Amino acid sequence: MSQTSDAREKPLSIVLEKCAKTFADGTRALEPVDLAINGGETIVFLGPSGCGKTTTLRIIAGLEQPDAGGRVLFDGEDVTNLAIEKRNVGMVFQSYALFPNMTVAGNIGYGLRIKGWSKADLAKRVTEMLALMRIERLADRAIDQLSGGQRQRVALARALAVRPRALLLDEPLTALDARLREDLRVEIDDLLRSLNITTIYVTHDQAEAMALGDRIVVMQQGRVAQIGTPRDIYQQPANAFVAEFVGTMNKLSGRVEGGIFVTAGGRMPWPEAPAGATRVMFRPEDVSIAVSDGHLNGTIASLFFLGDRVRLFVDVGDAQPIVIEASNRRKLSRGDRIGLSVDPRSFVAIDH
Amino acid sequence: MKTRGASFFLQLAFTLIVCAFLIVPVLLSMLAGLTENYLVGIGSGLTLKWVANVWDNYRDTMFLSLGLAVACLACTLVIGVPAAYVLAKRQNMFTRAVEELLVMPVAVPGLATALALIVTYGALRGFRTSWTFILVGHVLFTLPFMVRSVLAVMSAIDLKTLEEGAASLGAGFRQRFFHIVLPNCRSGIVAGSLMVLTLSVGEFNMTWLLHTPLNKTLPVGLADAYASLRLEIGSAYTLVFFIMIVPLLLAMQAIATPRKPRPVRREDETP
Ligand SMILES: Nc1ncnc2c1ncn2[C@@H]1O[C@H](COP(=O)(O)OP(=O)(O)OP(=O)(O)O)[C@@H](O)[C@H]1O
Ligand SMILES: [Mg+2]
Repeated sequence: MSQTSDAREKPLSIVLEKCAKTFADGTRALEPVDLAINGGETIVFLGPSGCGKTTTLRIIAGLEQPDAGGRVLFDGEDVTNLAIEKRNVGMVFQSYALFPNMTVAGNIGYGLRIKGWSKADLAKRVTEMLALMRIERLADRAIDQLSGGQRQRVALARALAVRPRALLLDEPLTALDARLREDLRVEIDDLLRSLNITTIYVTHDQAEAMALGDRIVVMQQGRVAQIGTPRDIYQQPANAFVAEFVGTMNKLSGRVEGGIFVTAGGRMPWPEAPAGATRVMFRPEDVSIAVSDGHLNGTIASLFFLGDRVRLFVDVGDAQPIVIEASNRRKLSRGDRIGLSVDPRSFVAIDH
Repeated sequence: MKTRGASFFLQLAFTLIVCAFLIVPVLLSMLAGLTENYLVGIGSGLTLKWVANVWDNYRDTMFLSLGLAVACLACTLVIGVPAAYVLAKRQNMFTRAVEELLVMPVAVPGLATALALIVTYGALRGFRTSWTFILVGHVLFTLPFMVRSVLAVMSAIDLKTLEEGAASLGAGFRQRFFHIVLPNCRSGIVAGSLMVLTLSVGEFNMTWLLHTPLNKTLPVGLADAYASLRLEIGSAYTLVFFIMIVPLLLAMQAIATPRKPRPVRREDETP
């Protein structure tokens, strides 16, 4: 049999057409969503709790049916009514869902056992997956003898062993501590790139989304707020929700007067200001501390030492202080007056 | 070694007294079954004749009881485990009502259930006189114990996600049920089985009404023996009963102790 060869067909493309979801109790979890996921890409669903990420993922997996009218297409083929066990998608659950009645090797080999692989082929593939996830030594362990990180590896190995057409991960790292999360994230990233498999990754951690996603789907209350590369999302947020959910964003209100944005804290040059803009947004890293007076002047309301840098909250007379980051070599303390200048090219104009 | 305080010895003594209180009568009763003449005492000599007597006269009741218990267990497994599964999977008004109803046969006295059965099916001669009539009563009485015991385990594990995990790996309903659901509910099934077996073997109230002279179970026979014969015979009966039931319970216990999937070979960690 050639089942153990690693040749893989063209990665799967997934299309959602007007997929909405209303649960039996009347909860409207998802408004009609249209989404096209290219073969081989890693797409991240990002959004706050309850926005419908898991629901969308479960519709793709086949664990949930979209409301009438919605369709799910795999490589152009309608799979809306196909049960999950026929879709051949690998899933990693937040709670891992490893089978306590089987060993690590038993878990990893389960999908192959279902497919009726011969003992020898199965053992070979399991060994391969154990090596891939670097858990060879855990093969005979029971599930309750594993740490969280080890369980995560087993869950990934189990999902990948059957060579799924797509890999679906629902907050796989949320249950782990920060350090381990970082390490595993890097490892998963490497793995996904080397496998060239279509992957959907659900998270509410924007740093994770930025690091892993080829594209990010930002979701808000059952709707897609924006789809784009991490860079797009960060630099050109489609609306205020995206701007504030992804990274830190400063907001100032004021008005435009001949290429100058006038606010309580000062006058900032803004040559390309849209007519009638009343708000401007910019990221902390686009602000520099001026030697003397800057475009904006304010007092340091509070400051936090972060090790490599200092995070400052500067009161510039607006409702909320603006957040900036400075090198920790500068001697700054609370109550100091400082001048700031902001690169006008980094301005984002969004009006509600 | 740490010296043990007075409270330890007090507790030990208390435990031993309680145990003695429970065990001594049983031992005395079994001893009586081996005594030539109970009224005279042990001095009258030991004999196996009462045991032989019981074996000759009541062998059938024992086999009927064991057969009934096993048949009852089979029925409660076949009905109870799927029922618990449905109750665990579908949480709605109806299933909650069924869960409540399941307590009924336990709350209603066995005599009442037995009377209801006789009123309903008494006219069916063949059924009324067959051992399956008693079986129906036993299943009614023990089924809730099986369902509740399995349901408790099913509710404690995240069955839904485990099944979804199996489904994502290609497992259909039957495969999920036999590979994932049943093995992970093993402790509940075994606990339920133990209870069903012991309850069925020991059931008297209901069985006393349901039985016919040709279909006597062990407890009914025991009552007969105590009522109409010598005390020694009743005691010998108890002895035989123990010899039969204890190995059965021990075997069940052995199955019940949780087994790890496979022994752990190495103790080292991954990097
Ligand atoms: N089975 C269900 N029945 C009823 N409502 C549900 C069900 N599952 C989810 N919901 C609701 O649908 C909405 C979206 O849920 P979903 O699980 O998709 O959110 P999420 O984005 O994954 O959130 P989180 O980050 O907390 O996991 C929520 O309001 C949730 O309460
Ligand atoms: Mg979720």
